[in-house]
Amino acid sequence: MTADPIALARSLPAAPLDARSRYLRRLTVDALIGGERGHIGSTMSLIEILRVLYDSVLNYRADEPDWAERDRCVLSKGHGCLALYALLADKGFFDPAALTDFCRHHSFLGGHPERGKIPGVEASTGALGHGLSLGVGMALAQRMRGRSARVFVVMGDGEINEGSVWEAAMNAAKHRLDNLVAIVDYNKIQSAGATAVIQDLEPLGDKWRAFGFETQEVDGHDITALEQVFSAAPSADGKPTAVICHTVKGKGIPFAEHDPSWHHKSKLPVDVHADLYAALEDN
Amino acid sequence: MRRTCLNMVYELAQRDDRVVFIGSDLSPGLLSDMQTQFPDRYFMEGIAEAHTIGMAAGLAMDGYIPYVNTIATFITRRCYEQVAVDLCMHDLPVRLIANGGGYVYAPLGPTHQATEDIAIMRALPNMAVVCPADADEMTRFMNASLDWPHPIYIRMAKGGDPIVTAGQTGFEIGKGVLLRDAAGSDSVLLVSTGVTTTRCLAAAEALAARGLAVRVLHLPTVKPLDQDMLTDLAAEAQLLVTVEEHSLIGGLGSAVSDCLIDRLEGRLPKIRKLGIPDIFAKAYGGQDDLMHDVGIQAPHIVEMVEQTLGLN
Repeated sequence: MTADPIALARSLPAAPLDARSRYLRRLTVDALIGGERGHIGSTMSLIEILRVLYDSVLNYRADEPDWAERDRCVLSKGHGCLALYALLADKGFFDPAALTDFCRHHSFLGGHPERGKIPGVEASTGALGHGLSLGVGMALAQRMRGRSARVFVVMGDGEINEGSVWEAAMNAAKHRLDNLVAIVDYNKIQSAGATAVIQDLEPLGDKWRAFGFETQEVDGHDITALEQVFSAAPSADGKPTAVICHTVKGKGIPFAEHDPSWHHKSKLPVDVHADLYAALEDN
Repeated sequence: MRRTCLNMVYELAQRDDRVVFIGSDLSPGLLSDMQTQFPDRYFMEGIAEAHTIGMAAGLAMDGYIPYVNTIATFITRRCYEQVAVDLCMHDLPVRLIANGGGYVYAPLGPTHQATEDIAIMRALPNMAVVCPADADEMTRFMNASLDWPHPIYIRMAKGGDPIVTAGQTGFEIGKGVLLRDAAGSDSVLLVSTGVTTTRCLAAAEALAARGLAVRVLHLPTVKPLDQDMLTDLAAEAQLLVTVEEHSLIGGLGSAVSDCLIDRLEGRLPKIRKLGIPDIFAKAYGGQDDLMHDVGIQAPHIVEMVEQTLGLN
């Protein structure tokens, strides 16, 4: 008998959230409620990945977003933008007060991130399967310019159904881009249901290894483990790195966790607002 | 024209260290001199157009000017979303060198015939669409391409095309070229881009021999369109005929008539459009054969003018 893939995902261990993780989630809920919409599940699985990158891995200057020597972080799964907006606001790229204008007519914070509109956003994404190719170009450019800057590309698990991701992966290995890190937010659920049912990705680690990547797997909510893996990149001479982050869709909102119906909400019922904040209260 | 274009990439690379060449599985030895001299700025990648466009965008985000080359249908149809999002949304100075515009690859069938490329490229914000008529014009255009701060689609002809722009100097993206002038009032204005300009010039000779005042306006950049020059010349014409080696849907004829409907309301000349009907080619042979089949050779232009003016 085939195991229920979502039950299997529920059974995987995931680190508990600390106060900072709950705070960042509350910022995303401010935006969700302000815009009355958003990819909730896809945002919540991603918070710790971006938190660790921006808190302790990436070199950047919030007051000089175009600083040439910066590490680049491309959120290829652009629908997870609320997590990115929360981090960029928290880090001072822009005023956190802007979050509540999310998706409003005059806001600069749209439902997918846009380069040039939002300080700190490296690439306009939302159409899936673009980020790793952009990352290959960026990583080549850093090497050609003799910089030590690294490029991190964060992808969704559903996103890597796209063939262009694997075109880019082959090419990254060809160019021996050890300054490129491909991160997969593997929450096991895509829009239509479990990845294991819609388009099984397994054996996922073997796939990245076969494409020439130094590949690590990690609990995508474990701050210490993420810090260790991301900081180690580049981890192998002449090889790009892949980090498969095992995460929980909707992490931190118990009634949304592992539930495909929370992938995206376009009309957030008012009576849910308090429940969202309640789930993220500090104990 | 293709050799001229690629040689110009090498020349530009010697002049400017921002210039990068990216090919997608092209001929062995292509631009080998550039590869030898600038190995860091020469990339021959695999058959992965979607990725290649994204990679070019990533390089351009860091200040490089990538010239990307492969077959026209592959660099437009295959990776349209990458062109739209990665290049045009980001408004990056990437140049798409598209081999085989129109019916150049006649013997290879419709998979290789770029007959709607102008339409889909010009529909994208920020994208310029350039169709030089000959190798001389390609050289002048390539010089002008270096500092254009937006993406450009470059439609290549077959190669060995007659030089019809000799005597022209410089190239300004967005400017038309009046290749044949005549007395203004009640003139016939033939408007063309790419190699159909050669056919227009031949047709103009034949029509002039019958006493008609015929002007030929060559629009090497279909976008941005030289709306001022087009409007001024159209205002003096009794008949305007657009000629293109492209679908009648969305190409030069559409761009010209859209412009004139806006600008010459009530004063429009008669307008006729010659181009490729809404079909994939049914035959093989050569480029000229297919152009003959759809009626875009010089005799067809002459016939259209004479018929419309009631001269035959």
